[in-house]
Amino acid sequence: MGNYLLRRLLIAVPSLIGISVILFTVLALAPGDPFEELATNPNVPPEVRLALRASLGLDDPVWQRYFHWVSNMIQGDWGFSFVSRIDVDTLIWQRLPVTIAIIGASQVLALLVALPVGVLAAVKPYSWFDRIASTVSFIGFSLPTFFTGVLFILIFSIELGWLPFVFRADIPETGWAWWWEHIKQSIMPVAVLGLFQAASWMRYVRSSVLDVIRLDYVTTARSKGLAESVVINKHVVRNAMIPVVTLIALQLPQLFGGAIVTEQIFRIPGIGSLLIDSILRNDTPVIMAVTFVLSALVILFNLIADVVYGWLDPRISYT
Amino acid sequence: MAGSTPASATPELSKPIASVSPWTEAWRRFRRHRLAYWSLWILGLLVLAVLFGPLVYKVGINDIDFQARLAGPTVKHPLGTDDLGRDLLARMLYGGRISLAVGLAAMLMAITVGVLIGAIAGISRGWVDAALMWVTDLFLSLPQLPLLLLLIFLFREPLKAAFGLEVGIFLLIVLVIGGFRWMPVARLVRAQFFSLREKEFVEAARALGATVPRQVVRHILPNSLGPVIVAATIDVAAAIIAESTLSFLGLGFPPDIPTWGRILYDARDYMDIAMHWALFPGFAIFITVLTINFIGDGLRDALDPRRVL
Repeated sequence: MGNYLLRRLLIAVPSLIGISVILFTVLALAPGDPFEELATNPNVPPEVRLALRASLGLDDPVWQRYFHWVSNMIQGDWGFSFVSRIDVDTLIWQRLPVTIAIIGASQVLALLVALPVGVLAAVKPYSWFDRIASTVSFIGFSLPTFFTGVLFILIFSIELGWLPFVFRADIPETGWAWWWEHIKQSIMPVAVLGLFQAASWMRYVRSSVLDVIRLDYVTTARSKGLAESVVINKHVVRNAMIPVVTLIALQLPQLFGGAIVTEQIFRIPGIGSLLIDSILRNDTPVIMAVTFVLSALVILFNLIADVVYGWLDPRISYT
Repeated sequence: MAGSTPASATPELSKPIASVSPWTEAWRRFRRHRLAYWSLWILGLLVLAVLFGPLVYKVGINDIDFQARLAGPTVKHPLGTDDLGRDLLARMLYGGRISLAVGLAAMLMAITVGVLIGAIAGISRGWVDAALMWVTDLFLSLPQLPLLLLLIFLFREPLKAAFGLEVGIFLLIVLVIGGFRWMPVARLVRAQFFSLREKEFVEAARALGATVPRQVVRHILPNSLGPVIVAATIDVAAAIIAESTLSFLGLGFPPDIPTWGRILYDARDYMDIAMHWALFPGFAIFITVLTINFIGDGLRDALDPRRVL
């Protein structure tokens, strides 16, 4: 197990390096100067600006700047936000928990919806339940998240007035009331993200259960006299999950895209809205760090997916 | 065949089976997928409306009608107006052209790059294949939307200066969306190549002395097109969603070019008083994407020769 994990980690390192090189090249190739604001600011004399540039190493060749940046990142020095005037890592640590909580909750919701619906649809293929579920899932992943978000706000906030549509990070209540307010304001973003995910996962689950359910070992399990629930849960679903985990892991980068959109619609102060803000305000160190953190998270989740395969399918040897 | 007795009862062939071309056969199967068939009609109508609508419905996209600001659907403005009193139907017809054009162009780019990389990786084993697949996997694990936003933010101004406002942004968005969607196609094509290049008919071509490019172009590529066509269809929908998302985040087309996503973005602040403004562009995106996805599903059934339907 440890050996296997180590090998996967060793594969992940080149990907991380590749991503950081791509990011850095994009920023280096980009026209425009992160110090443009300082250049146009009459209060900053040109000598100061040049000295600042030199001290930050902006005049060095690109590869030198890259190594400089990497060594700083590794030492935990992620730079300083031009706009917020605080360290980038504190900024990211402030924003990350909200995003992770929303994404995590939406994934749980997606799984809770997609798994039973997909399995039920596959157990009775082409039944009315299957037809309805398939059509609904088609509609579900054809509805872009920004439109469902707008629809949810229209229905639940404006028409019915049940849920708040602006996410507040500072809630004055304490104790249970605090939790209640947080749950209330998270329902819509979590539902928007989760149902969108559930729609596509349901199709994966259905087709992969359909692949498994006709195999001989399932017939064997039935003829042994096992209860149908045991056959489905222990024999079919567990094996059907292996390809589903792959597809879920492959979809993760898109998930962050969805999170950015939902954070923007519901004004959630997460890492996605941080990214948009810093892009609009030309805050290069923050843009760089956030994009890198998101990439690192994707690689981390791919790693987790690899570990989950091993648990689902003991044939995948860890050695 | 006098004197020969069939081993088993065979039905009398009253008339010879008419030979059908693969495309006719595919069309027959496609029509059996009822949702896909109707989606094709709806999408066709939508495309026609967007292409020829502005020729018939002659209201300018920037004509301001101050007496009907934020008005709901009326006879004069069939889809209502926005906060400046501009006609939404005219704006949506115009924006639809851009949204569909972006979808098609980004799809073409993604498919071209994907087929090229997949084909090169699939026909050349060894380190070329390994390197190309490493790049593909790397691109697959990039967080796409953040990078899209970043690239558009960084390269927007220079392209605008070089090609003009509309063309510059159009090129940028198509290049960036297309550049992030080729990976699934590349993997698909590579997998197809791996199985097809060992097939007997390719071996026969090789034995006849066909060069590698001829094997690829005449024999392998045409046979791997089915999944590529399906992927292309789905890619159009994905590109339309991507473009609308960018516009919705305020980083796509500028406000004077009303794509569907941009109209929705502008409508966001007036949702409580002018619901129609947000609903119509949203439904337009939804219907387009839904029909394209259904058509893709129908094509998947129709182009799979193993499927007996």
